[in-house]
Amino acid sequence: MGGRNMIVSIANNITSPLGMTTAENYAAVKAGKSALKRYEGHWGLPEAFVASLIDRSNFTDTRYTIVEQVVIHSVTKALESANIDTASPRVLFIFSTTKGNVFLLDKREKGFPQERVRLGIMARLIASHFHNPNEPIVVSNACISGVCAQIEAMRHLESGNYDYVIVSGVDIQSAFIVSGFQSFKALSPEECKPFDANRHGLNLGDAAATIIYTRKDTVSENEWCAYRGAIRNDANHISGPSRTGEGSYRALKHVLGDIDTQIIAFVNAHGTATPYNDEMESIAIDRAGLANIPVNSLKGYYGHTMGAAGILETIISMQAIDDNNILATRGFDTLGVSREINVTNQNQPTEKTAFIKLLSGFGGCNAALLMTKGGLL
Amino acid sequence: MMILHRVYISPDKVIVNGKALELTEKGSALLTQIYRSHIGNYPKFFKMDTLCKLGFVASELLLNAEGNRNFEPREDRAVILFNRSASLQADTNYQSTIQDSENFFPSPAAFVYTLPNIVTGEIAIRNKYFGETSFIVIEENDEKLIEQNLSVAFQDTDTKSIIGGWLDCTDEENFEANIFLMEK
Repeated sequence: MGGRNMIVSIANNITSPLGMTTAENYAAVKAGKSALKRYEGHWGLPEAFVASLIDRSNFTDTRYTIVEQVVIHSVTKALESANIDTASPRVLFIFSTTKGNVFLLDKREKGFPQERVRLGIMARLIASHFHNPNEPIVVSNACISGVCAQIEAMRHLESGNYDYVIVSGVDIQSAFIVSGFQSFKALSPEECKPFDANRHGLNLGDAAATIIYTRKDTVSENEWCAYRGAIRNDANHISGPSRTGEGSYRALKHVLGDIDTQIIAFVNAHGTATPYNDEMESIAIDRAGLANIPVNSLKGYYGHTMGAAGILETIISMQAIDDNNILATRGFDTLGVSREINVTNQNQPTEKTAFIKLLSGFGGCNAALLMTKGGLL
Repeated sequence: MMILHRVYISPDKVIVNGKALELTEKGSALLTQIYRSHIGNYPKFFKMDTLCKLGFVASELLLNAEGNRNFEPREDRAVILFNRSASLQADTNYQSTIQDSENFFPSPAAFVYTLPNIVTGEIAIRNKYFGETSFIVIEENDEKLIEQNLSVAFQDTDTKSIIGGWLDCTDEENFEANIFLMEK
């Protein structure tokens, strides 16, 4: 590693409809469970939808919105296994969200000041809940935010600006988000089928997920490192993916560098199950020389959790490798993309200890993150 | 890090590298006037929301100041912008299309702008930038914090220059751009 610092994950949490801890979440996913359900007449929306929603009645603290409460729960749980003082100026909070408290724009919503819709205000409230003195930053980079926030954490740790960064991603669904995706005709009328020939769109999901990172000179073989990340643009279209997978391909190429791709257990793709996204990813994965590496998507378990996705899916992927497992792509049956990539349809064993998290989003943005266990590259 | 060029735009002021441009319009009409007098020939401009229009004209003035524009694809330039209001204007606009259940007409054209990073994509598309694009929301326009976040972005070994800075818009008549072109 040539004296390079290692950026190490020391604790994490997933708060989702599948569980309130990482262990509960991983056990549910491994068993093939999903919280995707059909909702009719929900939030007064004229059109039914399938989504993975958190039971709001479990969150009763009236000081905070549902969005804030789910984040606070996730951070609190992650902190239980990390021995750090969040009141220290050496600790930074980085949040990842696309829509935060956007539901407060609805004139029927009462009980919280309208300014809470501002992401910086929400971030400050949460950081001050944990007595943190630093100005929190919020990465709002559409659906790739969760990986961007981790890359931002890596950079601030590498530079020595901070000793610990708490990265927490969240999005909680609302009429605003669901109707918007419906207007785009992007939602599947049934449970989503990533990379499948019969895929008809995505499902949305609620979640918060948190990883606490620190910087170390040396790592043990059981510790997870955020090895290298990259963000690249398609420079093609604001709401449609590139036909050549340009940004995803370039992000993959950068994180791979000159490492041997055979060390990679799997690529955990975005795999939203929209026709265009999955096709684009298959092209990018193939162009990057990863067509033989197993590819999976977790959207069939959680739906698309937006600002949480990059963090949630990184955590589940770390758990899977800790369990020597490559997870099945729930909902996938028959390959329905133009490139012959290796999409998993069942859990399978692995001895490998590295994976790539891949994401893409509106605005033509794409992100890739190479995670390695033990830092042995 | 070195700042090479800087553009400031408020509803009644446009300054390029310390020199004020002589323009007569105010608010969103000012953005259209900048487009017509200094840019032109990019009709997509008229489809954009105010945040994107602001970012588009500000980046055009910045890149015109840099000169030698050839629109060749490149991966070594990042676009990393910051603001307080995220996509609030577009959010409010989209909310109005779904507020009334008797008059419910959610618009995909309005929904697409409900993400602040769309403007970074517009700038990347215009200039064929395949490099990093990112949008970060902070509550105060704190140049020190912005510079701290931009300086660490050069850890990406492909990134040699950044279009960065503040780009905020709360509605058609209230906005502020303070963006710059910086090198490592």
